[in-house]
Amino acid sequence: MKSLLKLNKYFFKYKKALISGFVFIFISDIAQVTIPIFLKNSINALKQTPDYTLLLQYAGLILGAAIISGVFRFLIRETIIVTSRKIEYDLRNDFWAHLLKLPLRFFQTNSTGNIMAHTTNDINAVRMYIGPVVMYSVDTIVKFILIISIMISLAPLLTLYALLPLPFLSFSVYKLSKKIHKKFTKIQEKFSELTTKAQENFAGIRVIKAYVREQSEIEQFKKLSSDYLEKNMDKIRIQAFFMPMLFMITGISIIVVIWIGGSMIIEDKITLGEIMAFVAYLGMLIWPIIAFGWIINIAQQASASMKRLLSIWSEKEEITNSKITDYSISDITGKIEFRNVSFGYGKNLPLVLKNINLNIPSGTTLAIVGNTGSGKTTLVNLIPRLYDVTEGEILIDGNDIRKIPVEVLRSKIGMAPQETFLFSDTLKNNILYGLNGNGKADEILDEVTEIAQLKKDVETFPGKFETVLGERGITLSGGQKQRTALARALAIHPKILILDDSFSAVDTNTEEEILKRLKNFMKGRTNIIISHRISTVKDADKIIVLENGMIKEEGTHSELIRLGGIYADLHYKQLLEEELKEMN
Amino acid sequence: MREQLSDEILGKAYDSKLMKRLLTYVKPYKKYVVLAIFLNVFVAGLAPLRPYLTKIAIDTSIANKDYESLTLITALLFISLLFQAIMQYGLTYFTQLMGQKIIYDLRVQIFSHVQKLALKFFDKTPVGRIVTRVTNDVESLNELFSSGIVMVFSDLFIIMWIFVFMFSLSFDLSLITLSVLPALFYATFLFRRKVRESYRDVRFHLARLNSYMQERVGGISIVQLFNKQKRELKKFKGINKDYRDANIKSVFYYAIFYPTVEILSSLAVALIIWYGGGKVFESTMTLGILFAFVQYTEMFFRPIRDLSEKYNIMQTAMASSERIFKLLDDKTIIPDPEKPVKLSEFRGKIEFKNVTFAYNEGETVLKNVSFTIEPGQTVAIVGATGAGKTSIVNLLSRFYEIEQGEILIDGVNIKNMRKEDLRKLICVVLQDVLLFSGTIKGNINLNNSAIGESEIKKAAAMVGAHNFINNLPQKYDEKVQEKGATLSVGQKQLISFARALAYDPKILILDEATASVDTETEILIQQAIKKLLSGRTSIVIAHRLSTIQNSDKIIVMHKGEIKEMGTHQELLAKRGIYFKLYQLQYKDQEITKTA
Repeated sequence: MKSLLKLNKYFFKYKKALISGFVFIFISDIAQVTIPIFLKNSINALKQTPDYTLLLQYAGLILGAAIISGVFRFLIRETIIVTSRKIEYDLRNDFWAHLLKLPLRFFQTNSTGNIMAHTTNDINAVRMYIGPVVMYSVDTIVKFILIISIMISLAPLLTLYALLPLPFLSFSVYKLSKKIHKKFTKIQEKFSELTTKAQENFAGIRVIKAYVREQSEIEQFKKLSSDYLEKNMDKIRIQAFFMPMLFMITGISIIVVIWIGGSMIIEDKITLGEIMAFVAYLGMLIWPIIAFGWIINIAQQASASMKRLLSIWSEKEEITNSKITDYSISDITGKIEFRNVSFGYGKNLPLVLKNINLNIPSGTTLAIVGNTGSGKTTLVNLIPRLYDVTEGEILIDGNDIRKIPVEVLRSKIGMAPQETFLFSDTLKNNILYGLNGNGKADEILDEVTEIAQLKKDVETFPGKFETVLGERGITLSGGQKQRTALARALAIHPKILILDDSFSAVDTNTEEEILKRLKNFMKGRTNIIISHRISTVKDADKIIVLENGMIKEEGTHSELIRLGGIYADLHYKQLLEEELKEMN
Repeated sequence: MREQLSDEILGKAYDSKLMKRLLTYVKPYKKYVVLAIFLNVFVAGLAPLRPYLTKIAIDTSIANKDYESLTLITALLFISLLFQAIMQYGLTYFTQLMGQKIIYDLRVQIFSHVQKLALKFFDKTPVGRIVTRVTNDVESLNELFSSGIVMVFSDLFIIMWIFVFMFSLSFDLSLITLSVLPALFYATFLFRRKVRESYRDVRFHLARLNSYMQERVGGISIVQLFNKQKRELKKFKGINKDYRDANIKSVFYYAIFYPTVEILSSLAVALIIWYGGGKVFESTMTLGILFAFVQYTEMFFRPIRDLSEKYNIMQTAMASSERIFKLLDDKTIIPDPEKPVKLSEFRGKIEFKNVTFAYNEGETVLKNVSFTIEPGQTVAIVGATGAGKTSIVNLLSRFYEIEQGEILIDGVNIKNMRKEDLRKLICVVLQDVLLFSGTIKGNINLNNSAIGESEIKKAAAMVGAHNFINNLPQKYDEKVQEKGATLSVGQKQLISFARALAYDPKILILDEATASVDTETEILIQQAIKKLLSGRTSIVIAHRLSTIQNSDKIIVMHKGEIKEMGTHQELLAKRGIYFKLYQLQYKDQEITKTA
């Protein structure tokens, strides 16, 4: 429960609304508990000489009290529950602000699904605590005190008998809902097994069919389905007990009042009106008592959720400005130097880059080739500090990049990552993603789409540049996606341009066109190009060949061809491939 | 206009055609339905009985100072309570059991149907969508069967019983009390409608919030790379605010509805006091009746609220069942022949005669392909990606129907054989090894009990997988993790070889994997392949020089056609496509071999 104390600062922010909510609870409850008293008085009045106006008065008072109580009950929800929604909003914003700052490392060790579960389910569980739990706890306590004191003043002994079964009710609700929750978790486990089975079967249908295993798969699925049915019935067996138990216990209370109260009337120790008030009070107490058991459960769940949220909250930002940041650096020219750089994705994980030394003079182009897994992408990811080096240092203009303010560093680097990621937004917003409300937006859009050869494609889109991408819009081909990501990197007019395998899905003719136009753009910038195609990299000022995280070959195209190593072999094979393609 | 119309059709809460079809699933459980309705009639009456008994206690026992009858009525009250509790339990249990059984039937039916569908269906349907049909869509029907159909009766019966008791006690007081009912009905249904609308709003904004977050979390590197944390936070706050406001709006409806109901029921009590009290003065009514009526006012509300909820249940059920039935009506099935031919004696000759094939109309993948494989021969198919190699494999197992030409096994057209018989002759070892979650053992015999432990071990030993399996903590019972993460690529391949060997097929098709493995595993794999191929007719989509060199014939595919055919040496001498392919793909292997 301690974790929930962290919410106090949010409660404090809305203290006015919450305190007035508590006052409203008090008023509403007082109005509500007067109703049985008026009921009692009116029934007792019936035993006296007929007085129709008095009767009408009591009827009016009952209705009046109900209206007052109702109006304040409305206000309670409008203050307390609304506040819980506001706190939920703040909580989610703060959580998101924190997530956005976390290093990529965090997102690689936590699946998207997991993170999503925290931001939706866990925050929701906490919200339930803030709203309904707080509201019902206060309401329950106030009502309980008011009603029990009135009941005792009416008939102390009868109160004792009537209330005797009720603590048992609270306890049972608590126990049962806990059990149901447990069974429910079991059901969910089975359900996910069932889902996995279906998923695997449909995804592996070729193997199933090839080995003629359909019948056996159906049998297995039947088994899982019936297990699932059993688990459901396990829960139902307990859940079906819930309602009968509720009205059993509350019913017994009422029967006790009628039985013992009835004898008391016969003995003239109590009036029928008082019995009626008792029954009405019991009716009012039932819900708070049920709620009590339920509240404890919700609070427990909320506490567990809060703990999970706090564990993410305690994740460090890692890659951020620090004491060594030199805020006087506001621009870079683009000279990059790697000094004995080694990198591994985790403490106990093998190094992906080993002792890299590299010098890229400002305004030149470096090309990187190498097999999948050789460390190309990792190498370029270190430059904008998506990860920090494990050993060694990277310098830009002679400054360790950890000294350059992160915003400055990243705003000067235009990168088209290997895995093209576009947002479900308009094409224009995607391309201009890196710009900050630049007035020359249209000019830039025109310039970069010309280079990326997107213009022709855009003409065919229904809304041109305003066309929405993704699920709700059009689906771009792999090549179109890559060219959009390229345009996005170009749009910020970076000092350092990094293209990570940006043409793999682009056909060779288009690629040639793009490269022709890029040549001019790349002038005066430092460029790094990763590619599998020799045609893409051959004109670079320097080419490096990576293998197992180390630089194996280094030089210009003609130098490397002369060397007759990995690069030369790659070159030869690509020529052969070309020839094959052209054969008929 | 048309779009609007189709939208409305989707949102329908009742469709007699769908309902009729859904009810066919209830048929096997008619007994449950009858039992449930029978129980309902009684359970519904027990609660309204108690105020009536109380009335007798007040007017007769207490008025006459008769302790004995008071105790008797108390006992009756208790018995009615107990009976109600027991029957309520039974009712809930049986209706839920029925619902569970029905959705079990439905789920198994869908799954079995999907097993029959041809690969063409799977090519065009995302796996996630089919999974949703057997899981979530079926689940949303559960409520219809378990609480929807039967509970409608229950609510109606309760209301009916309350009416019966009230009117039998006092006709005019009933009318007076029930005068609040139209307002209660109206308030409830208005509330339901408003809540439904606002809930839709809430869900819309929640979906927006979730998909926004999902996307940004997935593209977090882009956000950070382009320094857009601040702008993304601002955007997020906007969406989050919409979500909050939609929620606050729905809070308003709850805030106004619950007090309204309480005020209405207090109004009913006030009316009873005012009108009934007057009657008591005139001695035409008793205090006991007043007492009972006050209690009845509290009983109306729940069944009315429940009834209004049924609309939602129906609506989701209709939408889900429509999707389910659409899948069940999908007939993408490759039919078995009416009079299937059984191979009396298997020799193992395979012939492709002028086979032409396209996955999608107009995009021919194989053009006029003809070749013959003699019994026991190993044939290697080589070619660049997209040359049509895999298609040949798909067609032999009859995963797809060919457009022209015919495929014969021992002279019998495969169309004239049962698919099951055909596929039992052939084992396909795919390039991407697919392991299922379960044990190693289960992955080798695919849970076929006809293949016992000793056969599994024998097969594993033959392909050289026995050693590494034996080194696993649980040996053959080791659990295979999601996507086989604990095993290396090479180990997974060996397991799939063991799988094929355990099934001991007449014809083996092997799509060799290209992924590189360490030398030790490579040697194991090469030896295993040799064992797999020996003694049976085999087709190999080859990526290994050793496999090619050991084959009896090489077929060179290029752009969907057979361009060259012959042995390794013959084809090399031709200096054609194979020669180029050899230099591109296989020559290096020779170098590493000699090195």
